[in-house]
Amino acid sequence: MRPDLDIIAALINPGARVLDLGCGGGELLHHLAREKRVNGYGVEKDPEQISACVRAGVNVIEHDLDAGLGRFPDSSFDMVVMTETLQAVAAPGDLIDEMLRIGEECVVTFPNFGHWRCRLQLATQGRMPVASHLPHQWHDTPNIHLCTFRDFERLVTDKGLPMIERFVVDGHYQVRRGISRFANLIGTIAFYRLGRARSG
Amino acid sequence: MVRLTDADSVGLVEPRVAHFDQPFTLQCRETLPRFDLTYETYGELNADKSNAVLVCHALSGDHHAAGYHAPEDAKPGWWDVCIGPGKPIDTSKFCVIALNNLGGCNGSTGPRTIDPDTGEPYGANFPTVTVKDWVKSQAMLADTLGIDRFAGVVGGSLGGMQALQWAIDLPDRIEHALVIAGAAKLSAQNIAFNEIARQAIQSDPEFHDGRYYQADAVPRRGLMLARMVGHVTYLSDDSMGVRFGRELKSGDIESGQDVQFQVESYLHYQGTSFSERFDANTYLLMTRALDYFDPALEFDGDLVRALRDVTAKFLVLSFSSDWRFPPARSDEIVDALIEARKDVVSATIEAPNGHDSFLLPNARYFDVLGGYLDAVARSRG
Repeated sequence: MRPDLDIIAALINPGARVLDLGCGGGELLHHLAREKRVNGYGVEKDPEQISACVRAGVNVIEHDLDAGLGRFPDSSFDMVVMTETLQAVAAPGDLIDEMLRIGEECVVTFPNFGHWRCRLQLATQGRMPVASHLPHQWHDTPNIHLCTFRDFERLVTDKGLPMIERFVVDGHYQVRRGISRFANLIGTIAFYRLGRARSG
Repeated sequence: MVRLTDADSVGLVEPRVAHFDQPFTLQCRETLPRFDLTYETYGELNADKSNAVLVCHALSGDHHAAGYHAPEDAKPGWWDVCIGPGKPIDTSKFCVIALNNLGGCNGSTGPRTIDPDTGEPYGANFPTVTVKDWVKSQAMLADTLGIDRFAGVVGGSLGGMQALQWAIDLPDRIEHALVIAGAAKLSAQNIAFNEIARQAIQSDPEFHDGRYYQADAVPRRGLMLARMVGHVTYLSDDSMGVRFGRELKSGDIESGQDVQFQVESYLHYQGTSFSERFDANTYLLMTRALDYFDPALEFDGDLVRALRDVTAKFLVLSFSSDWRFPPARSDEIVDALIEARKDVVSATIEAPNGHDSFLLPNARYFDVLGGYLDAVARSRG
């Protein structure tokens, strides 16, 4: 399994109800169903990925995240997961609100635009960064809302959402020494586990 | 052109008739003293009879879903594009059973059958038949074939509604429900179109209050109109535009003489050929079964509760240009399944041909349907 999915799988309780937004070929859900008896559903819009889910026997719902998540009732899931999709949706802030309306908790991962390689490319070459975790050219990318870890954490703070856990990894999904301290500079991908804003 | 020799055709097939010499009480509390169901099978039933797939037909379908009855047949069965060796419903893996539903007009007991009480055809007195009744009678057919449990029940439109009802009514006897271009119930607009069709038939002077057999008449005009209005709702504006546009079959608009658009000629042809093969009382009965279908009704209108005891896994497919049962209607089923914590795969197939898309070849449609059934076959080993 993709190493990032291993990290997420560890965050999910056995028997949980899981919604996986942008589930791809259903790898995470397949693993969770087998190992943790999770009742999970993937949401995906790419026909090829949906076919992969169908053939793997994974529950998948064809749906475009940019159409909103209004079809899913409040508190209908324990955990809503979205891996490396946040940067490609039309309204990331609203989507986070929706994830926490539907689920008690959510896990969000995305590539760090504040990584030192990105900063260096922009600073020295004056060009939009292209890196292993951000492989697309500016004119041909699904990523329309790139941000840095610091940007994202600002959004989380503004929304008053409790950050339950954060993992930061390098390009090989490894936790390296000092990565947490200099996360926004040397971290490639971060996993944020968020809870609901406390009311009142 | 007959393609009997095609490797992916089920070839020549023969209908069979199952006789049920016991009373069958319908949901409307009326009882048929006995009844027949005409059916066909394609593919081999395996030793433990676990590879059976039931194909349910829609409004005007019957038991002849695939293959040919005779080498000179102009057309194969109504779902031949989907059923055969190597096709999405793969007869090299599954044993497919297709029947003519109770109340039909192609071999199974229906309005044309002689009522033993009167010695005359049932006609309009044939009892009201519901989707629930069909499921019950289909299970009796399965019993006679020794099939305890279907690997899948599949259908498009009204056929998909039967698959949904199967999952609700007989959870122990169905592993997968494949609901294609269906809905959990009809909308007011759907019912309205059906009522126009019924009025067309009933207001035909040749209808004779449904006793047209005795009068040696056929309400052809009414059936033709019913089919014409129905047919328009099965197509999309775009597909009609591409196929017919404003092209004229005859005459010219400037002089206003004998003008007939291609689309008019097409509808006349469709309506006329339908009126020659289909029974008017069956059409009324089938459209009512559609209108009355609402499995949530006995659960206070709550579809999630209706699905509570379901054990079948679902495939729910819809088509982008279908405005008869649009994707949003399939989503209602999907959302209720998710809320009821049932397994479901759903896809909306990009297709230009409206509701009829479920009967037509389409690469993605076949990929999802075939891929799903392939996974079913593999999981059974």
